[in-house]
Amino acid sequence: MNLSRKWLNEFVKIDTPDREFAEAMTLSGSKVEGTSIEGSEISNVVVGQVKSLVRHPNSDHMWICQVDVGQAEPLQIVTGAQNVKENDLVPVALHKSTLPGGKKIEKGKLRGEVSNGMLCSFAELGLDQRDFPTAYADGIWILSDDPELTGFTLGQDIREAVGLDDHVVEFEITPNRPDCLSVIGLAREAAATFDKPLALHTPEVKGGAEGVLTDLLDVETPAADLVPRYTARMVRNVKIAPSPKWMRERLRAMGVRPINNIVDITNYVMLEYGQPMHAFDYRYVNGGKIIVRRAEEGEALTTLDGKEHRLTANHLVIADEGRAVGLAGIMGGLNSEIVDDTADVVFESACFDGTCIRKGALALGMRTEASAKFEKGLDPLNTLPAVNRACELVELLGAGEVVDGVIDILNNVPQPTVLTLEPDKINALLGTDVPEDEMVRILRKLDFGVEGDQVSVPSWRGDVKRMADLAEEVARFHGYNNIPNTLMRGQTTQGGYSVVQKLENRLGELCRACGYSEIITYSFISPSYYDKILWPEDDFRRNSFKILNPLGEDTSIMRTTTLPSMLEILTRNCNYRNKSAWLYELGRIYQPGGEEGLANETKILTLGAYGNGMDFFTMKGTIEAILKDTRAKDIRFEPCAEDHSYHPGRCAEVWSGDNCIGVFGQIHPQAAQNYGVDVELYCAELSFDVLLVTHGADPEYAPLPKFPAVTRDIAVVCDEAVTVGALENAIRKGAKGLLKDAALFDIYRGKGVAEGKKSVAFNLTLRADDRSLTGEEADADVKSILEMLEKDCGAVLR
Amino acid sequence: MKEQLAKIRAEALSAFESVKDSAALDELRVRYLGKKGELTAVLKQMGKLSAEERPAMGQLANEVRAALESALDAASQKLEAAALELKLKAETVDVTIPGKQVQVGRRHPMNTALEEIKDIFIGMGFTVLDGPEIELAELNFDRLNAEEGHPSRDWSDTFYFDENSRVMLRSQTSPMQVRAMDSMELPIRIIAPGRVYRKDEVDATHSPMFHQVEGMVIDKNITMADLKGTLNTLAEQLFGQGTVTRFRPHHFPFTEPSCEMDVQCHKCGGAGCPTCKGEGWIELLGAGMIHPHVLEMAGIDPDEWSGWAFGMGLERTALRRFKIDDLRLIFENDVRFLEQF
Repeated sequence: MNLSRKWLNEFVKIDTPDREFAEAMTLSGSKVEGTSIEGSEISNVVVGQVKSLVRHPNSDHMWICQVDVGQAEPLQIVTGAQNVKENDLVPVALHKSTLPGGKKIEKGKLRGEVSNGMLCSFAELGLDQRDFPTAYADGIWILSDDPELTGFTLGQDIREAVGLDDHVVEFEITPNRPDCLSVIGLAREAAATFDKPLALHTPEVKGGAEGVLTDLLDVETPAADLVPRYTARMVRNVKIAPSPKWMRERLRAMGVRPINNIVDITNYVMLEYGQPMHAFDYRYVNGGKIIVRRAEEGEALTTLDGKEHRLTANHLVIADEGRAVGLAGIMGGLNSEIVDDTADVVFESACFDGTCIRKGALALGMRTEASAKFEKGLDPLNTLPAVNRACELVELLGAGEVVDGVIDILNNVPQPTVLTLEPDKINALLGTDVPEDEMVRILRKLDFGVEGDQVSVPSWRGDVKRMADLAEEVARFHGYNNIPNTLMRGQTTQGGYSVVQKLENRLGELCRACGYSEIITYSFISPSYYDKILWPEDDFRRNSFKILNPLGEDTSIMRTTTLPSMLEILTRNCNYRNKSAWLYELGRIYQPGGEEGLANETKILTLGAYGNGMDFFTMKGTIEAILKDTRAKDIRFEPCAEDHSYHPGRCAEVWSGDNCIGVFGQIHPQAAQNYGVDVELYCAELSFDVLLVTHGADPEYAPLPKFPAVTRDIAVVCDEAVTVGALENAIRKGAKGLLKDAALFDIYRGKGVAEGKKSVAFNLTLRADDRSLTGEEADADVKSILEMLEKDCGAVLR
Repeated sequence: MKEQLAKIRAEALSAFESVKDSAALDELRVRYLGKKGELTAVLKQMGKLSAEERPAMGQLANEVRAALESALDAASQKLEAAALELKLKAETVDVTIPGKQVQVGRRHPMNTALEEIKDIFIGMGFTVLDGPEIELAELNFDRLNAEEGHPSRDWSDTFYFDENSRVMLRSQTSPMQVRAMDSMELPIRIIAPGRVYRKDEVDATHSPMFHQVEGMVIDKNITMADLKGTLNTLAEQLFGQGTVTRFRPHHFPFTEPSCEMDVQCHKCGGAGCPTCKGEGWIELLGAGMIHPHVLEMAGIDPDEWSGWAFGMGLERTALRRFKIDDLRLIFENDVRFLEQF
C-alpha cells in the first residue's frame, strides 16, 4: 500500500521527515517497507522560456534556441524537436542535470554549435501521456500549452512546477487490518501515532438530476449470504474527460494510472476510503436491473482486461436480466465498460464475502486491487460514505449530474462489538503499569467509543474481539519498546535433552570424529529416484506419501529411503571434481501407515562416501566404531546380495542380536551409473530406532588384568569359501576359557598354498584372571582351538 | 713408589681427558685400572714396603684409584653426551613438512546455529520437542486460529496429500505448540525445531523446505514483558552482549498481542546499509502472547494461564551468523562449503 504524504496531509498535518515518519509508523504497527520521493531522479531541470530560435547552420532539422532560465543571460540550447515556438515555456535540463534512468546532461557542441543543456519531453521526465493528457507526445513538452499548468517562474524547479514532488511511503499492511489499505485508515493511525488531530470530511451531494432512482434502477441480491451490503447511486449526463491535474497527481503517487474522470473517481474513492467501487455504463444494464447472484456453471464473461472466463457456481457475478456484466469484487465486464460516449453511470459500492472473492480471484488467477481488499473482509458501514464521496467528486469535477437517493440493500450488517475495559487484566498480560486514563486516551484516539468501562469497537475494526485485542491497541501506542524486559518467574521446569536427543547428538559427534561431514537434504524426491537406485517395480517401499500440488516432479513424493538424497549429494560433489566426500545425515523417511492418516516418520543415519581411501572395510570400520560407542551387543555382519541398490558381493547387513540395524556396502555400479558417475560409492543406512533399542547400558568398570597374557600366532589353510567369520567362530568355540582375543593379521594366497585355498593367520591372546599361565596351559588351549578349526572349517595348521 | 703413583695419576688423567671414543676409553680403563693394569702393578709392590710406610702409601694408592675412577666416569659421560648429540642431530626433521592429515568431519552450519539456540533455552529450563512433518491441517491451521478460508491454507502456498486438504506438510513449527498443549502437564516450557515446507520456488532466499524453531511458555502470570526479556537474552547470546533489539507490532492469527523482533544491523550499527536494506534493523523472529482462543481450544483457561510463543527461521539465522549470501548453499552440500565450518 502506497501512501501520498500530500494526500495524508489533507486529513492530518504531519511534517516529520520521511525516515522518522516511517520509523514511528512502523513502531506503532504500520510497517513501512520504504519511502521515495517522486522525481528524485530529476535534478537541475528548470522552467525556461524560449526567447528566440534559428535554424542550425549545419543541420536541416536542428534549431538553436536562446532560452531564459531566470539567469542574467539567456542560455543557448540546440534542439532537434520541431514543435518549439518563440515564448513557449519548456522544461530545460541544465548543464550537469540528471533525468530518470540515470541519464546525465552536460553542455557540449552539436555540429559545431554550443548547447548548454537540453529541452525535454514529458517522457524524458519519466511521465506518461496519461499524467498530462493534453501534452504533445512527439516533441518538447510545451508547458504553456497546458491550461492546468500556471503560475510559473523562470528557473523554477520543474518538479515543483508540474507537481512531481510528492513523498510516497510504502506500507506492508497485515491482513487483519484492511482498514489501513486506505488513506483515511492510515491517517487515523498516523494521527494516533503523532498525537495530532484527525480532520475527516463528510461528503455532501447536491443531486437533482432528472428521474427517480427507483424507476431507473432495481437491485436484487439472491446470493444474499455473499453480499452483506450493496449500495448504488446513479449519475446522468456524464461528460467523459480527463480528470483534473490534482486528482491525477494523487493517483500517480499511489501507483494508479489515470484513465478518465469517472474511472479515476472510482479509483480515488477506493484509495481514500479503502472501499472498492465500480462504475457501469447504464445503457448496457439491460432492464435497469442489477442482480447479484452466483454464476451459472460454465457461464461466460469477458472482463475489462479483455480476457474471457468460464465461471463456476463458486463465482459471484453482477448481472442484468440476461447476462453477467461484472465479476463481483474482482473486475467489471467489458460489456458494460465506461467508454467515451457513456452518458449514464451506475456507481456500485458494495461489501462482498471475503472468502468467496478470494477463492474466485485465485481460481481465475486474477487477483486485483479490489479483490485484494475484499478478501480481507471490509467494513459494511463504509459503502454509503464511499458512494456519496464518488458522487460529490462527480459534482466537483463537473463530470455529470447525480440522481437523488441511494439504493442500499443491507443483508448482514453486524451490530457493533462492545467490550469491557479491564485495565488490570491488560496490565497483567503486558507486564506494564499503564494508567486507565491513558488506555482510554489511546482507544479514543483510534475512534473507539469509551463510556465508563464499556468500549464500543468501530465498525472497521473487525479484528478487535476481546481483551487481548484491546491490550494490543494499548501496547502499540504505549510503545512495545516501553514494555519492561523481565525474566520469567513461576515454577521451575527441568529442561534438557531426552535419551533420544542425546543419542542423536552422540551419533553426530561419532560420525564427525570418523571424518564424515553433516549434510541436510530435501525430504521430498521424485518417484523416478526409486528406479535410479534399482528398486524393483513392485517393491512395497515405493508406496510413498504423494504431494498433490508439488512444485515439480523432483519434489513430488516423500522419501521412504534416504539413499537417493545421499547419492545425489555424493555425485554432485563428484561432478564438482571434489576428490573425496565423506558425508552423513540423520534424516527422516516417511512411511505410510501412521496414526490419523499421518506417516511413520523414522530417522535414518545415512553415511555416504567416496575417495580418500574409502572402501568396504573403511565403511565397516566406521560402523564398528559407532556400535562400539553405543555399546550394542552381539554384533554380526551378514552378506547381503538381495538389496538391489548395492553391489551383491560387497554388501552386508548389520545385526545386533535379533535386531537388524541396517545395511551398508558399495553402491551397485549400475545405480552409480544412473547418477552419472563411475567411482566406487559407499553408503550405509542405519535405523536410528534400532540403534536406540540396541544401545547398551551405561558402562561398568571391569578390573584390569593382574596377570600377564600369553600370545600365540597361528596360520591355518582352508578353502576360499570359508569366511573369516566362520574361522573366528570356530576359534571361540574351541577355546577352553583362556582365550581373550583372536585378531586376524594376515590372509595369504599364492606360493606354498594350494590353488583354491588361502592361509589365514590369527594372533591369539590367552590369559587367566587368577594366575600366570604356563606355556603348557596355553598350548593346550591352542591345540583345542586348532582341532575345532579343522573340525568345523576344514582348516589345518600351515 | 710415590713417584710411580704420581706419574700414573698424571698420565691417566691426561689420557682420560683427551680420549675420543668409547673403545679407546675402554683400552685406557684396562691399561690403568684393569687387573693387569699399571695401578695394580704398582700396588703389588706394597709388600716390599716397611710397616711404617705401608698405611700412608696405601692411602695414597686408594686416592689415586678414586681419582682415576672418577675421571673415567666423567670421560664416559662426556662421550655419551657427545654421541647423543650426534644422534639427535642426525634425526632432525623439516618441521615445515605438512602434518599427517587426520580427517575430521564438520557439522552443518545450520545445525551449529540450531545447537546454540537449543543450548540457550535448555539453560532456561526448556525441553526440546520433536514432532511430525506430515501434519494434520487441523493442528497446523484450525487450532492456531487460521480457519477455513485463511490465505495460508491455499493450495498455492501449502503442500497437501489429500483432496480434502486434511493432511499436509506442516508450513510452520507452530503445530508443536498445540501438540505440547495437548500432551504435556502445565506449566510448559518447550522449544521445537524442525523442517517446514512452503510452496516457494528455490532461489537465493527461498526454499520449499526450510527449518524453524518454535518456542512456547505457558504458566501463571506470564507477561509480554517476560517474552521481551527472554527473547532479548536469546539475541544477546546469539549475537553478543549489548546487541540492540526492538519490538514492532505485527499480526499472527495465534498470538495477541503479536510482535516481530528486530536486531540492530551488525554492519552499520543502525545507520542503514545494503545489508539491512537501509532500515538499520534486521528482522529476527515473530512472537506474541498466545491467543486466548488458542488456549481455550486446548482446554486451558486463559483467565488462569497465559503464555507466549515465538518462531524463528533457522536458515536466515545461520546465514547471518556465518555471513553466507545464498540459501541454496545450505542444501547443495558441496564439501568445499561444508569444510569451512
